Amino acid sequence: MILFVIFCPIIAAILIMVGAPARKTALAASVLTLAAALFLLASFQLLQRDFQHVTSFTISPEWHLSFSTGVDGLSLAMVLLAAIVTLAAVWFAGKIEKYEKAFYACLLFISGGAIGAFASIDLFFFYAFHELALIPTFLLIGIWGSGNRIAAAWKITIYLAVGSFILLLGLILLYQSVPAASRSFDIRALQAAASLGQISADAQRHIYLLLLIGFGILTSLFPFHTWAPEAYAAAPAPAAMLHAGILKKFGLYGLLRLAIPMLPEGARHWTNLLVVLLLANIIYVGLVTIAQKRLDWMLGYSSVMHMGYIFLGIASAGILGVTGAATMMFAHGLSIALLFALAGELRKRTGTLIFDELGGLAKVMPFAGLAFGLGAFAAIGLPGFANFAGEIMIFFGAFKNGWEIGRFHIFQVATVLALWGVVISTVYMLRAYRKAFMGMLNERWNGLVDLRTGLRVPVALLVGALLWYGFFPQSFVRMITPAFRTYLTANK
Amino acid sequence: MITAPQLEIAVLLLGMAILMFEAFATRVDKRVLAFAAIVGLALILIASFFVSPTPSPDRATGLWNFYTADKLSVFFKQFALLTTIFVLIMMIDYAPVVRASFPGTTDGLGEFFSVPIFTCVGLMYLVSAVDFIFIFVSLELVTVSFYVLVSFTRKNPVTLEAGVKYLVLSALSTAFLVYGIAWIFGATGQTNLQRITEALANPNTDHSAALLGVVLVLVALGFKIAAVPFQIWVPDVYQGAPTPVTAYLSVGSKAAGFVVLLRVLRPFVTLPQMQRLLVLIALLTLIYGNLAALPQGNLKRLLAYSSIAHSGYLLIGVVCLDGNAVVFYLAAYFLMTLLSFAVLVIVAQQTGEQISDFDGLAKRSPFLAFAMLIGMVSLAGVPFTAGFLGKFFIFYAAILQRQIALVVIGVITVGCGFYYYLKVVRAMYWQPANKAEDIPISGLSRLAISALIAATIWLGVYPQPILNMLKR
Repeated sequence: MILFVIFCPIIAAILIMVGAPARKTALAASVLTLAAALFLLASFQLLQRDFQHVTSFTISPEWHLSFSTGVDGLSLAMVLLAAIVTLAAVWFAGKIEKYEKAFYACLLFISGGAIGAFASIDLFFFYAFHELALIPTFLLIGIWGSGNRIAAAWKITIYLAVGSFILLLGLILLYQSVPAASRSFDIRALQAAASLGQISADAQRHIYLLLLIGFGILTSLFPFHTWAPEAYAAAPAPAAMLHAGILKKFGLYGLLRLAIPMLPEGARHWTNLLVVLLLANIIYVGLVTIAQKRLDWMLGYSSVMHMGYIFLGIASAGILGVTGAATMMFAHGLSIALLFALAGELRKRTGTLIFDELGGLAKVMPFAGLAFGLGAFAAIGLPGFANFAGEIMIFFGAFKNGWEIGRFHIFQVATVLALWGVVISTVYMLRAYRKAFMGMLNERWNGLVDLRTGLRVPVALLVGALLWYGFFPQSFVRMITPAFRTYLTANK
Repeated sequence: MITAPQLEIAVLLLGMAILMFEAFATRVDKRVLAFAAIVGLALILIASFFVSPTPSPDRATGLWNFYTADKLSVFFKQFALLTTIFVLIMMIDYAPVVRASFPGTTDGLGEFFSVPIFTCVGLMYLVSAVDFIFIFVSLELVTVSFYVLVSFTRKNPVTLEAGVKYLVLSALSTAFLVYGIAWIFGATGQTNLQRITEALANPNTDHSAALLGVVLVLVALGFKIAAVPFQIWVPDVYQGAPTPVTAYLSVGSKAAGFVVLLRVLRPFVTLPQMQRLLVLIALLTLIYGNLAALPQGNLKRLLAYSSIAHSGYLLIGVVCLDGNAVVFYLAAYFLMTLLSFAVLVIVAQQTGEQISDFDGLAKRSPFLAFAMLIGMVSLAGVPFTAGFLGKFFIFYAAILQRQIALVVIGVITVGCGFYYYLKVVRAMYWQPANKAEDIPISGLSRLAISALIAATIWLGVYPQPILNMLKR
């Protein structure tokens, strides 16, 4: 079943390239993928800490390299997120003017690559699957992008290529840092070696730094974030949805999967650096977001800013904070996909996303206005949405970290500063909502039509998932904490 | 039972037979010769799998003590045969260009198809050579046949320029080689690599003289593998030579150069000066090749600089003395380079060799565009292609030996590589087409290109076959 989830989008992409009808095949494939992901969820054993649904094919015995896939709570959550966002993105893509087949094939390749990365237990395939998205992203922005698409496509591609090679160095170093006898690409085996203390503290520091830079570039950690807003502004909406919604979570997932469990000493060593960088993400990028004059750029920067919260959860390295980070990854993926989808629809109808030219659109597009409002509230972190659950766990987790010292410590200061981020995001989100949907309706937009009924389905899907996990975060938390509990207690 | 030397003899006989047939059967379509050569080489390739390699690379086989048939050499004999087969397939596609350059006559095509067979013999001997004299002789066999091939369409001034440049610089590097061998012989009294190792272990040997000798040899081999600072000839010669010959130069000649380099360096690695020198050369080669490739607008020239760049990555493997990483990289390089050149040969005849001539290829021929896409992403090093695993093994070796400078520069230059390889992808997929008509592909080329695509992806996912071949 897990193989089906990974390869369904990829096979569909190949079929489309060979000649199958593009939109129908893509929709069918993404519905099937979601169904299979839900099946995995339904048959998931909550109490079991190990990977489940494991399948494994040996590739190279002497390198201990095998194509192994499986899910634990964390990766299942990510696979589920990927399946939901893929379906929404494909649904929103609609009719494409030129090279329709290539467009859908690229979307499905990105999605298949992301799912493959989340479901891999083997380090090599974990890395390789993520890279599968690189070339399709380049093509998607280059061929179907808008605005400054050429510069944006080059920038994202080179940034991500270099970032992932830095990451590769870190992974190779990790592989080499365990004694030759227990070297393996299998994450479980590395985990076992790490918990026996076979990775020296010195090696941990080096590896953690490399992983932090590599994953940081992929996740737009300050100061490696400049590719993200530009690329998301230029990318066609479905590509931005997939990239901001799913692919960017790969770096965070990697830190949760590798850095926190295997390199606790490295994490401790670089905590202060990470906290400074993530505060820059929240405060500096947050202020930059307020200054944006275009909706697409604003959304791009806001997605960079929200990475800061997740990094805060990861940096806190306690069960509560890390669980919050995972919840936030899931929630942010859904909310940013919703916002990018609506921005894309607006661009299709109006041809512009400059705030000063929009205004009062809720009069002609009430449903889009409602949906955008919900997405914005979710992004701010209003209670009731999954984002709130994530943020509150992150803040509590981070604030609690090091509390036993008895005085305000870097984490308490960081949490206080990060809380201001909520205010900042309220400012820019509500401002965007007011400028685009409230106020006087510009005469030019009198003839705009609202979202068709068909397009309301993916909106409902995304909002529904956000609300479900917002009201019942326990269903999510119960799924992912066992995965963390294995190593976070083992380390302390 | 087939022994390794019989393979070379068979290839040599095949070449002679085809040359004689060409001289007497003037009426036949010359392409028949190429088909005959392909079939003959394919049979020899099959036969080569029945050769059992001798276990140790240093124990010479049979009659001669300058010839080895270890696993590495048998692997590279197959490599040379396969390269020659693919080059001949490209040559069949390229035949109209050669014919057009000799108006009014049917001259030339016969030699065009038979000279590569002799080059192949040279390559096969070269990879087995463990004695400096034999290295020299087989290297000359390769080089002399390349003199002919590079300047084959001699009516074209660019080709002629390429031919002269190759001749002059190649002769110069040969002189360095002989001089270096003479110094080594003077210092150790030996030409056999095994005996040189033994002589160097003797404290009475003059190490500085031997070192001077091996540096001179390195100059000559640096010319072969296009390492900085001996790379000046590469762009012009690659651009001017007939495209299949360029492919042959960049794959066959380079692979043989690296095998010889690995063999020649083995006795000298204990000397620390050697290691530092090689690190420096590798760094310069990486930087020069990648930076110079960035602004290129001509695809053949771009591939020339990329070939310098790949020498840099291969040299990382040589510095780390990881023979398996080098060999795997060469195998990957073979696949992706031949793939790119095979597409280039076909497209260039319709439009041209500039990158802008590839504009909109995705519309005109999705198959060729996809083949080029795979070639380019593999050269750039995207996972699930052979090129990525090649880089992976190289970086693995470098990190294991803590060659920090090489790793850092390597990663930066990989970033450059993404830019210039994706430039080609951009032309094929983003840009609108200048012409609308489809591009015809012969059945044989389609088969060859499909095989190369499949092999590139297969090795990228499942490298075990090559790793097994290299296992002792």
